[in-house]
Amino acid sequence: MAVLTAPKIVSSRRDFDDSYTLKRYLATGGYEGLKKALTLNPEKVCAEVDAASLLGRGGAGFPAGRKWSMLRRAPLSYLVVNGDESEPATFKDHYLVERDPHQLVEGVIIAAYALQVTQAFIFLRGEFALGLERVQSAVNEAYKHGALGENIFGSTFSLDIVVHPGAGAYICGEETSLLEALEGKRGFPRIKPPFFPAVNGLYGEPTVVNNVETMSNLPWIISNGGAAFAALGEGRSTGTRLFALAGNVVNPGVYEIEMVKNTFRDLIFDPALGGGVPGNKKVKAIIPGGVSAPWFGPDLLDVPLGADEVAGKGSMLGSGSVVVLDEDQCMVRAAWRITKFFSRESCGQCTPCREGSGWIERVMYRLEHGGGRMEDIDLVLDLCDNISPGLTWPPQQTTICVLGPSIPSAVHSAISMFRQEFIEHVENGGCTHV
Amino acid sequence: MSYFNADIQKRAAQLLSLYPRRRSAMLPLLHLAQEQDGYLSEAGIEEVATMTGTTPADVRGTAAFYDMFHLEPVGQYVVGVCTNIACLIAGGEELLEHASKKLGCAVGGTSSDGMFTLEETECLADCNIAPCVQVNHRYVRTTTPDSFDAMIGEIREGKRTDEIPPHGTLIRVRRDGGLRTNEPEVVEARATTLKARDARVAKEQK
Repeated sequence: MAVLTAPKIVSSRRDFDDSYTLKRYLATGGYEGLKKALTLNPEKVCAEVDAASLLGRGGAGFPAGRKWSMLRRAPLSYLVVNGDESEPATFKDHYLVERDPHQLVEGVIIAAYALQVTQAFIFLRGEFALGLERVQSAVNEAYKHGALGENIFGSTFSLDIVVHPGAGAYICGEETSLLEALEGKRGFPRIKPPFFPAVNGLYGEPTVVNNVETMSNLPWIISNGGAAFAALGEGRSTGTRLFALAGNVVNPGVYEIEMVKNTFRDLIFDPALGGGVPGNKKVKAIIPGGVSAPWFGPDLLDVPLGADEVAGKGSMLGSGSVVVLDEDQCMVRAAWRITKFFSRESCGQCTPCREGSGWIERVMYRLEHGGGRMEDIDLVLDLCDNISPGLTWPPQQTTICVLGPSIPSAVHSAISMFRQEFIEHVENGGCTHV
Repeated sequence: MSYFNADIQKRAAQLLSLYPRRRSAMLPLLHLAQEQDGYLSEAGIEEVATMTGTTPADVRGTAAFYDMFHLEPVGQYVVGVCTNIACLIAGGEELLEHASKKLGCAVGGTSSDGMFTLEETECLADCNIAPCVQVNHRYVRTTTPDSFDAMIGEIREGKRTDEIPPHGTLIRVRRDGGLRTNEPEVVEARATTLKARDARVAKEQK
């Protein structure tokens, strides 16, 4: 049975139709966290976030407090919020920016105060037209409320937030690529070193880049204390987390549940959460943590939803998305479509990724649609190996960013787990699934 | 004489004032150029180049990287159907095929009346209502061929204009606060604040 006793930290206003307005936000404890933060000194705010041991909610799961402590002290530094949520089947940030934009804005102000940054940017993917409007409205309202601008709530702290629209590119979710886009260029990731944002980020200045959900946790952490946050979850995975559940489930949606206390099975089958697979079909595979993550078979449904727990089984919690594939799904087709995605979204800087993704996609296409050859199956694995030598997890990298090494996950999983299905595709001259 | 109309020009000037460097306003300015013309015209690109202190080739090269910018004219409504993993399972490819028949144009093409352009998109982050359909980047949440047809009919009859602005219009909410101005008292207040902050940081670092 799922453990659902934890408080709702980032989705507490989900039952209100007007959850995005300042009025509702103030009526439900809004901006109290910020007021409290302003009475503390910035180091104390950082210490609370450290105590919460909040893991970044973007995908890599890097501790937010540590990221902050790495920011090089400089007269000029920036805070950038990553809201370029494009990992397939991930839609938690979409929920947060549309349904609770003030919570995000308050989180950004708290983080900026902790870091003593006076200029912040909220980068949202361009496809979130409504989200962009809601966040811009929230920023406008926050200025009027005195929560933004010069001398916030009468303190000596001042901050400006600019809402910046992206324009449709998955790669801009990678933080250095996002900074390039914010500088008005093509979204090409930068090589690290030397371009670690904390040292050499936006305009070459020290920059902290944090995810939308990470920011949205801050008001609660400051109001209730880092220790209260750390008391939830287990081990390194503290607090609650938003999980975006999609695919073959009765109730797809965004669910906030306590880390580690629940398993994939709880998330998918609990009546209060996913509600099971339609038609009581069997689970054939799940994709934990976005399409960059290796797949799990039904034997791993009882793995707890925690960063280390999932990593220990050879995958990642990643972006917090879970896709369920039932027994009727064609695994070749699923893997082909994921490769097609990477092939479309590769930025084209590095040869292994640019050429490899398209090559794998073409071979996967003919396996799925007819014309595949028996040797294609191993050819695909060989191509994957050229992008990420050894096909290990975590993957080896031959490219500037991690998009390249993410390509093999799906195809490698599909071939390892369902090789027979690939063989049948070759024998039958393509897919025979309806 | 600016190529942009008065409203867009005013908003462009505001955008440029928000960023520490002019070029940073590139993507939002391109969205504005697209709002005026429905796509990125030669003249629009040149105007953005002037505003950001770059060249038209540079602007075009940047714009070409991003899926949302159209360098050639498109329909008044750009219909995007997602076929990525969660939508694939829910019949995204079938819905895209249906959309192509319904609109009478190939994927990537524009209907003969110039009203609709059809696109196959990657994940639009609305996977709980799959397959996901956006029109001019507004979620219309039509997951079946029948509801898709009804939606297209409503657009043709002009019933969805409040919800779905013409292609190119992205953000209808205007930023109305916290603009950087050069008025003396604002500059002074900012300087005092920064000084106080620096003093505190210096004290705490000791």
